[in-house]
Amino acid sequence: MLIRRAPDLKSSEITPEHLYWNRREWIAAATAAAGALVLAPGVRPLAALAQGQQRLGMPFGLQPDDKPNSYEDITEYNNFYEFGVDKGDPAARSKGFRTAPWTVRVEGLVKAPASYHLEDFLKPHRIEDRIYRHRCVEAWSMVMPWRGISLADVIKRAEPTSQAGFVEFTTLYDPQRMPGQKSRVLDWPYVEGLRLDEALHPLAFLVTGLYGKDLPNQNGAPLRLHVPWKYGFKSIKSVVRIRLLDKQPRNTWNVAAPGEYGFYANVNPGVDHPRWSQATERRIGEFRRRKTLMFNGYAEQVGSMYAGMDLNKNY
Amino acid sequence: MARLGAFREPPGFGPVLFVVLSLPGVLAIAGTLSDILAGTRWFGADPVKEVEHYLGRWTLRLVLASLCVTPLRKLTGWSWLAKYRRTVGLFAFAYVTLHWIAYALLDVQLDWATLVTDLLDRPYIYLGMAALLILGALAATSTKGMMRRMGGRNWSRLHSLIYVAAVLGVVHFAMAQKKDITAPLEYGAVLAVLLGWRLVQWVRQRRPTLAAS
Repeated sequence: MLIRRAPDLKSSEITPEHLYWNRREWIAAATAAAGALVLAPGVRPLAALAQGQQRLGMPFGLQPDDKPNSYEDITEYNNFYEFGVDKGDPAARSKGFRTAPWTVRVEGLVKAPASYHLEDFLKPHRIEDRIYRHRCVEAWSMVMPWRGISLADVIKRAEPTSQAGFVEFTTLYDPQRMPGQKSRVLDWPYVEGLRLDEALHPLAFLVTGLYGKDLPNQNGAPLRLHVPWKYGFKSIKSVVRIRLLDKQPRNTWNVAAPGEYGFYANVNPGVDHPRWSQATERRIGEFRRRKTLMFNGYAEQVGSMYAGMDLNKNY
Repeated sequence: MARLGAFREPPGFGPVLFVVLSLPGVLAIAGTLSDILAGTRWFGADPVKEVEHYLGRWTLRLVLASLCVTPLRKLTGWSWLAKYRRTVGLFAFAYVTLHWIAYALLDVQLDWATLVTDLLDRPYIYLGMAALLILGALAATSTKGMMRRMGGRNWSRLHSLIYVAAVLGVVHFAMAQKKDITAPLEYGAVLAVLLGWRLVQWVRQRRPTLAAS
């Protein structure tokens, strides 16, 4: 299995550290946002951060007119069937969900399998802020200011063996705490997977926070994946296990409806869902539909991983 | 039962019914405009999708309500209900029209290529569209004048297409779901009861004839 970084993308570019520490950019952005700050504290500085990212040519796939969605949008409109099938269910029904203590196991084809308390799992890694585009398979999209750690760093730390070719992720299974799991709408627990090179891509992100705060329960607390060039269902929530495998793992929505949801699930405006077009999307908070971008705007960074693949077949 | 049947039409029933049935539509229009233009959240974070579904559900409710009129009238003896079947049916047509406008104008934003592909390739869309056309034909022939011109027998035959529209509507609703079809099954169960009642009536009416022949 091919293990490499996208050639145009150094890990030093990925960290938004210099957004925080490059005073000139930061001050310029902050000045631009100063007027709006009074109206919407907490939101405008991030919009400015996004603009700063763009000016710096940050490889986050952000488009010139991308602005982070409001905290309300991101926390009140969720697909998280573990707490119910309606978009409002996760916010309404996850309030009492306890995320501490939380254990994460890293196992399978690795030289250093381990079971961690979440704090110990995160400790060796640098916490970063990243603004990511999110495209749901249902043809809506958002922009999220996440906080988290690089998935690649976690995988490397576990030292995959030479047989490892895929990574499987599993959500907590506990119907007492996740009442949606009492219904048989999906085959619990939720599982997802990536090819190893996808998991090692510097854009693959393990999220622990939103808008600089702890990740809300409805967004997949305390630890969720975000793979921004893939449809949202790949970005599994409330992860308790990361397992390295030599075979392609099952993924829940593919099991539920194989004709509609694939394993790769790369955002692709040219391959329609059987029941709707994927050519455009509605950005939550906007009225006019936007054109959907190949790999959700991350084609430059991730396109080479799929060179020569029939994306109509591997949808 | 005799006392129940003696219940007369309450004064002002017609206007009140009109206002009650208008209310969801007025709320849908006002709420959506406010959400889109002023950024309120009456219909949540994705008002276009939400109001589209809301209007679809109200269409189905009104179709089912129109199918309730005859059983209710026969079970209670309230013959005055009969004239309101048309009111409810016309409201169903009004809501399916709003549902379609929400889909074509707000959701698809008049992208003709998508509208055509949806109509030709996507079964839940063309089944829904067939139901819409049926409701349109029934609304267009709902006047006394049309009934007279068509003749009672033909008119009844055409208007029994409401059963087809109701089934298509529930199927359309079920097929539009991502996974969970609890709600469409609930609507389907109500429809099954209403159709079942008619089947029983029909069998009862036929039995003497069958016995005689």
